[in-house]
Amino acid sequence: MHAIVAIKQVPDTSNVRINPETGTLIREGVPAIINPYDAHAVELAVRLKRKFGGKVTVITMGPPKASEALVECAEQGADRGILISDRKFSAADTLATSYVLARTIEALMAEEPVDLLLFGKQAIDGDTAQVGPGVATRLGLPLISYAVSVESFDPIARTGVVHRRTERGIEVLQTTLPALLTVEKEIAAIERAPLPDVIRAAQYTPEVWSASEPVAFDVTKIGIKGSPTIVGKAYTPPPKKAGAAVKVADKGVAPTVAEALAKIKIANVVKF
Amino acid sequence: MSDTKRIWVLIEQEEGKAHPVSWELLGAAQRLSAELPGSVVEGVLLGDNVESIAAEAYRYGATKVYLIDDPVLKVYRNAPYAFGIANIVKKFTPEIFLVGATTLGRDLASAIATRVATGLTADCTELAIDPEKHILAATRPTFGGNLMATILCKTQRPQMATVRPRVLPSPNPAETGTGELVRETLGMTEDEVAVKLLNVIATDAGDQVDIEYADVIVAGGRGLGAPEGFKLLEELAELLGGVVGASRAVVDAGWINVSRQIGQTGKTVRPKLFIAAGISGAIQHRVGITGSDFILAINNDPNAAIFSVADFGIVGDLYEVLPELINQIKAQRAGHGAAEVAHA
Repeated sequence: MHAIVAIKQVPDTSNVRINPETGTLIREGVPAIINPYDAHAVELAVRLKRKFGGKVTVITMGPPKASEALVECAEQGADRGILISDRKFSAADTLATSYVLARTIEALMAEEPVDLLLFGKQAIDGDTAQVGPGVATRLGLPLISYAVSVESFDPIARTGVVHRRTERGIEVLQTTLPALLTVEKEIAAIERAPLPDVIRAAQYTPEVWSASEPVAFDVTKIGIKGSPTIVGKAYTPPPKKAGAAVKVADKGVAPTVAEALAKIKIANVVKF
Repeated sequence: MSDTKRIWVLIEQEEGKAHPVSWELLGAAQRLSAELPGSVVEGVLLGDNVESIAAEAYRYGATKVYLIDDPVLKVYRNAPYAFGIANIVKKFTPEIFLVGATTLGRDLASAIATRVATGLTADCTELAIDPEKHILAATRPTFGGNLMATILCKTQRPQMATVRPRVLPSPNPAETGTGELVRETLGMTEDEVAVKLLNVIATDAGDQVDIEYADVIVAGGRGLGAPEGFKLLEELAELLGGVVGASRAVVDAGWINVSRQIGQTGKTVRPKLFIAAGISGAIQHRVGITGSDFILAINNDPNAAIFSVADFGIVGDLYEVLPELINQIKAQRAGHGAAEVAHA
């Protein structure tokens, strides 16, 4: 069994703050983490490896620093990590990113067969959920997005059954392998890494692939050149004008609630 | 009329029922069309025996509907839907293509954009036409809602964007509407589709709430202290004919089903009345509720961020405030009812 997991190192957006004077993001001191959904994808791959034997390859496109995330994946149990890193990739949108990842995966599939491709359902910095489906489309592989569990997985018969969450419930889908899944967190709970994996990871240095080696990417399809979208402008959302906040401690609970109900009545939003 | 600029909207349907986000998008498409000279608003509809939905699309402003009706499209699967739509995009070269940011729409839109190699902006909160360049200016929150970015797609077409349900207002349909139906073929057989739907496990009845379209939402966060706190919220919600919602923190803690989650990674809501009880109001939550007409926030921390978006805030213990709220609403109703009886 060979699974490839594509991950992204992201700023921990729950810790992102805005500089109130300049209106810009304060990036200093914001920890870089593995995109949380991706960590669960790695966990699923490692579990399948423990069950069926085989290997887990983790790939990421990003700056040199993103190598740290690959070392963390090795701690989790991944066997091989590849950092795809080059200044030429910078300012890539989702179309250019899916091109680079798809070509990388093609190169890995040429080396040895792959049964499963795993992505987090989305990255918490961009929240687009586009790269996984884009890669599946480029590779012409079956896509199951928003996967919540793997009911069955048979690398010999090359088939699997996967549960996917939608608005109307859980879809139970059968697919041929290899297939690409984008996963929700409940796909696999993250367990403490076994000590041998942690020790091995401490010695582990991920491979680094550039824009020209070992895969020669089409320069018109990467980075800013390969990105149809550009950011026209960026700004902090204007704050809504808030109403009054009344303290129960000052007025007592009944008068405070009465005041709230009066305000709701004036706004005429609901009838009591 | 090769210079006609087509603004396309995906008319999303499942089990023969159109998703209301399709109508919200047709409303937006008409506003864009008014700013874009030479443009028309058209719908794209795929499914099996779904032609009747086209008539609805005309009432919401589509002048034409492109229909691919094929048994392979009976249930949504990425490959045949993306294949069919990419083919008609190449044939009719729309200028703009809007898709609902539902589970289905997000899955589909990125596959279409990849197939036709164009730009796609996800989860937009505002769509406009740049007055000078006459291109789509698609604004979306990023970095967890901390930053807004306006995205442009300069040369590739169509300019694609997804918008979540309830981010845009729901338009009123016209009494009647007519349009032109353009039939296209799929060109893919069931044998060519690798993914088969075996079954759908419906969400538990208790969790089948249409929270996105509820008029009243009573939502709880970590300040509830324990999952049992939701009972009190349910009582208040029932009294107001509303539903219970939740912050991500309590969904992650397993206190309530994920179908109730509101915010960046949950649902966007637009109720008439939103009551936030014990929700601190992280930006990721706030972005999901700003379309509410009236927000009442209850939190014992006077510095809670939720107060920054509240129309009225109560700083206090929610276990004191909510029972009082329930009592006063009951008392007002009883008084009102008595008055009516007396009058009769």
